[in-house]
Amino acid sequence: MPIQYYILLALTLFSIGIVGVLTRRNAIIVFMCIELMLNAVNLLLVAFSKMQYNLAFTNNKATVAGSEAQLFVFFIMVVAAAEVSVGLAIIVMMYRNVHSVDVNFLNRLKN
Amino acid sequence: MNQLVYLVPLFPLIGFLINGLGRKSLSKSLIGVIGSGTILASFIVSLVLFFNVKNNGAVVVDYFNFINIDSLKISFAFQIDALSSLFLLIITGVGFLIHVYSTAYMQDEEPQHYGRYFAYLNLFVFSMLLLVMGANYVIMFIGWEGVGLCSYLLIGFWFKNDNYNYAAKKAFVMNRIGDLGFLLAVFWLIAKLGTANYADVFAHASSLTPFDVTAITLLLFVGAMGKSAQIPLYTWLPDAMAGPTPVSALIHAATMVTAGIYMIARSNVLYSMSAVTMNVVAIIGLVTALFSATIALKQNDIKKVLAYSTVSQLGYMFLGLGVGAYTGAVFHVMTHAFFKALLFLGAGSVIHAMHHEQDIRKMGGLKKHLPITHLTFLIGCIAISGIPPFSGFFSKDEILAAAFAKNPVYWGLGVAGAAMTAFYMFRLYATTFLGTFRGTHDQEHHLHESPSAMTIPLMVLALLSVVGGFVGVPEILGGHHELHGFLSSVLTTEVAHESSKNTEYVLMGISVAIAAIAIIFAINKFSKKPELQDAQGFGKVLENKWYVDELYDTFFVKTTLAKAKFLKDIIEKNVIDGAVNGVGKLVNYSSRQLRLIQSGQVGNYILFMVLAIVVVILLWVNDNHLYQYISKLF
Amino acid sequence: MSAIQILFWFLSGLALVSAIMVLISKNPVHSVLWLVMVFFAISGHYILMNAQFLAIVNLIVYAGAIMVLFLFVIMLMNLDKTSDPQKNWWMKLAGVISGGCLLMEMATLVRQAAEMKEKTVMMKEGSIGLIGNLGKLLFSDYVVPFEISSVLFLSAMVGAVVIGKKN
Repeated sequence: MPIQYYILLALTLFSIGIVGVLTRRNAIIVFMCIELMLNAVNLLLVAFSKMQYNLAFTNNKATVAGSEAQLFVFFIMVVAAAEVSVGLAIIVMMYRNVHSVDVNFLNRLKN
Repeated sequence: MNQLVYLVPLFPLIGFLINGLGRKSLSKSLIGVIGSGTILASFIVSLVLFFNVKNNGAVVVDYFNFINIDSLKISFAFQIDALSSLFLLIITGVGFLIHVYSTAYMQDEEPQHYGRYFAYLNLFVFSMLLLVMGANYVIMFIGWEGVGLCSYLLIGFWFKNDNYNYAAKKAFVMNRIGDLGFLLAVFWLIAKLGTANYADVFAHASSLTPFDVTAITLLLFVGAMGKSAQIPLYTWLPDAMAGPTPVSALIHAATMVTAGIYMIARSNVLYSMSAVTMNVVAIIGLVTALFSATIALKQNDIKKVLAYSTVSQLGYMFLGLGVGAYTGAVFHVMTHAFFKALLFLGAGSVIHAMHHEQDIRKMGGLKKHLPITHLTFLIGCIAISGIPPFSGFFSKDEILAAAFAKNPVYWGLGVAGAAMTAFYMFRLYATTFLGTFRGTHDQEHHLHESPSAMTIPLMVLALLSVVGGFVGVPEILGGHHELHGFLSSVLTTEVAHESSKNTEYVLMGISVAIAAIAIIFAINKFSKKPELQDAQGFGKVLENKWYVDELYDTFFVKTTLAKAKFLKDIIEKNVIDGAVNGVGKLVNYSSRQLRLIQSGQVGNYILFMVLAIVVVILLWVNDNHLYQYISKLF
Repeated sequence: MSAIQILFWFLSGLALVSAIMVLISKNPVHSVLWLVMVFFAISGHYILMNAQFLAIVNLIVYAGAIMVLFLFVIMLMNLDKTSDPQKNWWMKLAGVISGGCLLMEMATLVRQAAEMKEKTVMMKEGSIGLIGNLGKLLFSDYVVPFEISSVLFLSAMVGAVVIGKKN
C-alpha cells in the first residue's frame, strides 16, 4: 500500500483525537481521546517501519531495518500503560473531591 | 587698531549684563551712568576706528569659527570698512545721545524697570553693532534677529498694557516674515557659492546666474522690507510707537529701521547685477514714500505723524538704492538719523511736558513754554523738509537727482512726496507749537521745559541736523562730496548724472520751492485754526491709514485665526484627542477582553495551542520550510 | 482489488467510524466500547503489515488492560449520559474547526511531498515484526530502556496508589 494512505489515516485518527480533546468536557473521554492519538502515532510508526524495511529489502534480503520503530511503539505502549494508571488515579481522586469529571471544574490555573 | 574692534560691541554687552542682572540692586543714577557710559566708550572706539579706516582702509578681524560643517566655514569675523564705520558712528553717536536723554525721560520708572530699560537698550545697541560689523551674512543675521528681539522687548516695555503687547507682537511677526526672506537668501547664497562672507560673495558674484542674483536680491529685499517697514510690511512701525519715545527715536527712526538700507547698500554688488530687483526696490520705495506721506497728512498723534514720516523717508532711501544712488541712500540714512532722532526726542520732550498726552489737537502754543524744544523741533522740521542748507536738503536732493537721471517720473513723484513731507511736518509743528494752548488748565499749569539731560541731546542733534549735510555737498554747489569719496571703496560707482548743471539747478530750485510753498501754506493753515474735528470724506480714509490694517486683518489675521480655530476645534479635539483617547480606550478594551482568555480551563488553552500550531504550519508552508524538512526525511 | 486492499479499506473505515463514534457517544461506556473497536481495527492493520507482536500487545495492553481499567473507573463513578457534562456549542464549533484546519493542512502537506509518492509499505510479508526479531533486539541493544521501563511501571504503580489513597 502507498505510505500516503497510512499517513492520511493516521492523521485523520489523530485529528479526531484532537477534536475530541477540544470538544468534550468529560475527563475520561478526553483521556480516551489522548489514547486514540497515541494509537494513531503508533500506527504511523509501524507503517514507516515497514516502509523502511521495504526500501532496504530490495538490496538486502536479511535486513532488519525498521525494527527500531516497532520497538519504539512497544515503549510507547509501556509508557501509555503507566500513564493511564496514574491518570485514572488522578481522575478518581478528582471525582472523589468534586463529585464530577468535568474538566471545567479544574480551573485552578486561573489564579 | 585691529585689537580695538571687539571693544565696540563688547561695551554695550557689558552694560546689558550689568544693568540686566543688577536691575534690582543698582541705583537709578548708576544704571544711567553705566547705560550711557558704555555707549560713550563704544562711540570713542568707533571714532578711532573711523579715522583709522579713513587713513588706512578697511580691516577684517577674524575671531573664531562660528560654523564649521564640511566645506561650509563661517567665521565670527568683523569687517570695519567705510560703510560699517560710518554706521558705527551713527549708531553709537545717536545712541549715546538717546541714552543720555533716556536717563531723564525714564526717571519716573521704578528702579527695576529703569534697569530693564537700559539693559534692553544696551542689548539693542550691541545687536545693531553686530549687524553692521559682521563680515558675513550670518553674523549680520544674528544682529538682525537681535535687534528684532530688542525691538519687540522695547515696544512692549510697558507690558501691563495689552495694546502695547499686541503692537510688540505685530512688529515681531511682521519682522519674522521679512526675516524668512533674508534667511532664504542667505541659504541660497551658501548653496550657490558655499560662503556667506561679503568679500567672497562679491568676488564670486559674477558666477551666479541672472536668475539666482534676482532671486537672492529679491529675497534679501523682502528681509529689508520687514526690517525697514516698506510696503507691504510697514504696518508694524507706526504701532511700534507704543514703546517709550526714546526707543522710537533710536530703534524705530534712527538705527534699526535703516538696517535694510545698510544690508542693501552692503550687497550693492549683487543688486547692481539685477535690473529687475533695482526697479522693484525703487518702485516699492517710491510707493511707500508717497503712501505713508499721505497717511501722515491726517494723523493727530504726534508720534504717529513722525512714524509715518519715518516710513516715508525710508521709502526715499529705498528709492535712492533702487536708482543706484547708494551713497545718497546712506547719506540720507545719516542725516535722517540726526533729524528724525531730533524730532522724536523733541516729541518726547513735548509728551513729557504734557504728561503723556500725545494728541496734537490738545496741544498748541507750546512755543513759549518749551523754548529749546521748540527751536530744535523747528530745526528738525526744516531739515526734513529739505530746505537748504539744512542736512535733509543735501541728502534728499542727491536721491532725487539720481532718480531724475533714471526716470523723470520717479523724480516728479519724489518731489510730490517731499512737498507732502514739508506740509505734514509743518502741520505738526504749527499745531503743536503755534496758536493757543488747547489742553486742560491743569496741564498748562504744569508745562515746563525738560531737564538739561534731555535738552542737551536735542541741541547736539539740532546742530548735527544743521551741519550734517555739509559732508555731502554736491559739486555743482561748489562743494566736495566727502562722503562719496569716503564710501567709494565699498559702494559701486553710481549712475552717471546725465543731466547738465542747469538742469540740476532747476530741479533743486523746483523741489525747494515746492517744499517752501507747502511749509508756508501749512503754517498759515494750522497756526491759527488747527483741525480739531475728525476728518471727513477722503481725509477720513487717510486718517484711518487707508484701512490697510483692517485689510490685513480681514485677509491674513482673520483667515489665519479661522484656520487655527478649525485646527483647534476640529482637528485637535476630534482627530488628535480622538486618536490619543482612542488608543487608550482600545488598549483598555482589548486588555479587558484579552483577560478573559485566561479562563483557567485547560480545554481553552489546548484550543489556542492547536490554533497556534495551525498558524505556525501555515506560515511554514508558505516559506516551504516544513515541506523541505519533510522531504529530507524520506 | 486484492484481498489486502479490501482489508485495508475495511479496517481503515472501521477505525475512522469507531473513532468518530467515540466522540459522539453520550454514554461514556459506549465510548469505551467504540474505542476498543478502534484498537481492534488498528491491531488488524498491524497484522496486515505483518507486525504480529505489536498487534498482539496492542490487543492485550490497550484493548484488554487499559480499556478494562477505563471501564472499571467509569462504572466505579456510575457515570451515564445524564451526568455527561456538555461544552457550550461555540467551543465545540471552535474545536471542530481548528481540528479540521489542522487535518487539512497536514493532509495538504503530505499530498505535496513528492518523495513520498513512490514509497510503499510492505504488506503481509517481512520478518521484522515477528517476536523473534524484536525480542532479540529488545534484549540486546535495547535492554537498558527495557529495564528502565520496569522502573517506570513501579513508580507509576506507587504513584497511583499514593494518589488513590484517601487523604
